[in-house]
Order: sequence, then structure tokens, then C-alpha cells
Amino acid sequence: MENLISIFLNSVFVGNILLAYFLGMCSFVAVSKTLNTSVGLGLAVVFVLTITTPANWLVYRYLLAPGALAWAGLPNADLSFLKFITFIAVIAAKVQIVEMVIDRYSPTLYSALGVFLPLIAVNCAILGTALFMVERHYNFAEALVFGIGSGVGWLLAIVSMSAIRQKMRYADVPKGLEGFGITMITTGLMAMGFMLFSGITL
Amino acid sequence: MSMDTKVHLTTTFSEPLLANNPISRQSLGICSALAVTVQLKTALVMGLALTFVLSFSNLTVSLLRHYIPRNIRMIVELSIIASLVILADEILRAFMYDVSKQLSVFVGLIITNCIVMGRAETFALGNAPLPAFLDGLGNGAGYGLVLALVALFRELLGSGKLLGWQVVPQGFYALGYENNGFMLLAPAAFIIIGLLVWLQNTIAGD
Repeated sequence: MENLISIFLNSVFVGNILLAYFLGMCSFVAVSKTLNTSVGLGLAVVFVLTITTPANWLVYRYLLAPGALAWAGLPNADLSFLKFITFIAVIAAKVQIVEMVIDRYSPTLYSALGVFLPLIAVNCAILGTALFMVERHYNFAEALVFGIGSGVGWLLAIVSMSAIRQKMRYADVPKGLEGFGITMITTGLMAMGFMLFSGITL
Repeated sequence: MSMDTKVHLTTTFSEPLLANNPISRQSLGICSALAVTVQLKTALVMGLALTFVLSFSNLTVSLLRHYIPRNIRMIVELSIIASLVILADEILRAFMYDVSKQLSVFVGLIITNCIVMGRAETFALGNAPLPAFLDGLGNGAGYGLVLALVALFRELLGSGKLLGWQVVPQGFYALGYENNGFMLLAPAAFIIIGLLVWLQNTIAGD
């Protein structure tokens, strides 16, 4: 249990998927202009990560990992080189299913998230989390917690960034630095702030 | 006429290098870019891997552009890109194992790099194979250029080396010079790229 809490806190703060590993930057820069859309996209990312990371874990463990096909009588098979294409297919399919389910049962949520869901399939944070999970040899519970934690970390980063950007409208940014440049520098300062959490050990 | 197409092909290649650079101008593909810039070597290898994937995915998408049904084009593009990334990853693991270990998950993340998907969608789907291939090469090179620049600063100031060779003379250390450890941490990458964009915008004058 302690291990799980530590994975969660680590993925939210110290190893923040965006601020420490730079994943999900494209939509971060594009969407963090307004607070409402940031919250919407952030929640959608948390949701998609929570369901895709365990799904990818199962696929990797029982189909792709070296020796995973032992149950099918093929103990020597190693399909792990197929993980990129399989993970992205699982993510795209899941996003599509989630989109259809939400559309059918909750039209209000659909209209709030609708635009962002297709974008999420190509958000590097989702695929990155799946690949990190494999690289760090997590078990099922750890993978689930890591998925949720990464999503919450991303949500936290994008919401605080859009709050800063809303304030920054009143700031006098040097010409040439406006837009992308100042966003990068602010993100850098934020990343520095988040690094302070690395002193916390459980 | 032939003159015209030639000029067009050259600009297709050269424009994304600086004037319309994918990272600093279109703010695309930053996702996997910054994590590999602690050392110049990994940045260069990453730039080459992305150029390879991008130019061949553009070529393939462009060759198939009349046969891909519009509503499933995303999946088709993704599978083309993912197959090329698997190829790049296997090549790296076979011939440059140590670099491939350092790049860890970031080679795989080329799949979701917005540049690759973006160029396939906006350029390759509507252009002939040769311009599409050149567009891929140009954008890949532009991406590699920014990566190399960021890595140059980070490796030089952070560890006093370039490509693993000691560049800052030992005498400097004796005089009290110290490597700036901050350069090796994540925030430095963000700040350097912000400053580079500032520099470029100032020189371009808009």
C-alpha cells in the first residue's frame, strides 16, 4: 500500500509527466490559453489514462511480453517489438469507444469533452505512460495507480499553467517573447517549483 | 516551368529549417524533443530517427493518398507511422544499443509526435510523393537543428563536454569554474527553448 501511495505522489509531483518528462506538450501549449478548456481536457486525460494504462498492461502481460504466450503453448515467443503499434491501437480504440459511450449516455459531458477526446488519442502523455509502465516493470495495481497519478499530474500542470496565462494577459511581455516563448519559460519556472517536491520521501 | 518546380522543391525543403521551423515557429513536436537534449549525441540520434520516420511516412502517405478512405485516414496514418517507428527502434537497438537505452521510451513516442501526424495530414495527403518526401526531410532537419542547439548548450554548460569529449579545459576548473548542474535538469530545457524562440523572433523582426 505504501508503495502504491509513493508511486502516486511521485507521478503527480516529482516525476510529473509534463514537467519532468515533457510529455503532452503540444496540447498543453495549444489549450492552456483558457481555464475552462484546460480543465475539460485535463479531466479527459485523467479518464483516458485511468482506463488505457491497465488495459495496455493486460495486453502486454498476456500477449506481448517475452514468454507471455505460454498459455497458448508458445513459451518462446517474444512479441514485445510490437508494443508501439499495439499500444497506440488500444488507445485509439478505447478513445473511440469512450466517445461513443459518452455520446449515448451523457450528451452534456459529451459536448463538454467532445472536441478533446479524438485529440487525446495522439497525446504523447497517454502512450508515454504505457511505455514507462513497461520499462519500469510495474505490476497491475502499480500500473493502475501510475496511470491515475500521471493523469492527475498532467491536469494539475495544465490548470495551473492556464491560470498563470490568464494573469499574464495583463503583463508587459517583451516583444518577440510573446506567445510560445514566454509559455516555455513560465513552464520552466513551474518545473523548477515542482522539483522542490523531490525532497519529500515516504 | 521546370525552373518553377525546382524553386518550389527547394523551398519545400528549406522553409521548415528556419523560417517555418516545426518547433520554434509552429510549436509542434516539443513532446519528445526536450527529454533527449541532455547530451548532444542523443539529440542528434533522435533528430535522425525522426527525420527517417517523417520523410518515409510522408512518402508512403503521399503514394497512398488516392486510396485511403477519408474517414479512416487517421488509423491508416497511425499504422504507417507506427510501423516505421518499430523499424527505427529495431535498427537503433541493433547498431547503437547504448544510445537506444538512453533514449528509452522516446523513440516510441515519435508515433505521437505532432510533427509526423501534422505533416501527414496537412502536406502529404495533398501533394505528390517527391515534394512530400522533401517536406519530411526539411521538417525533420529543422526539428533536429533545434534539438541539437538545445543539447549543445545543455551539454556544454551542464557537464563541460560535447559529444562526450571534455571541451572546457581542466585549467578552468582549477580557477574555480564549475559546471552548471541546473542545465542537466528538466526546467533548463524549457527555458533554453524559450530563449531560442525569443532570439529567432527578434532576428526575424516580427
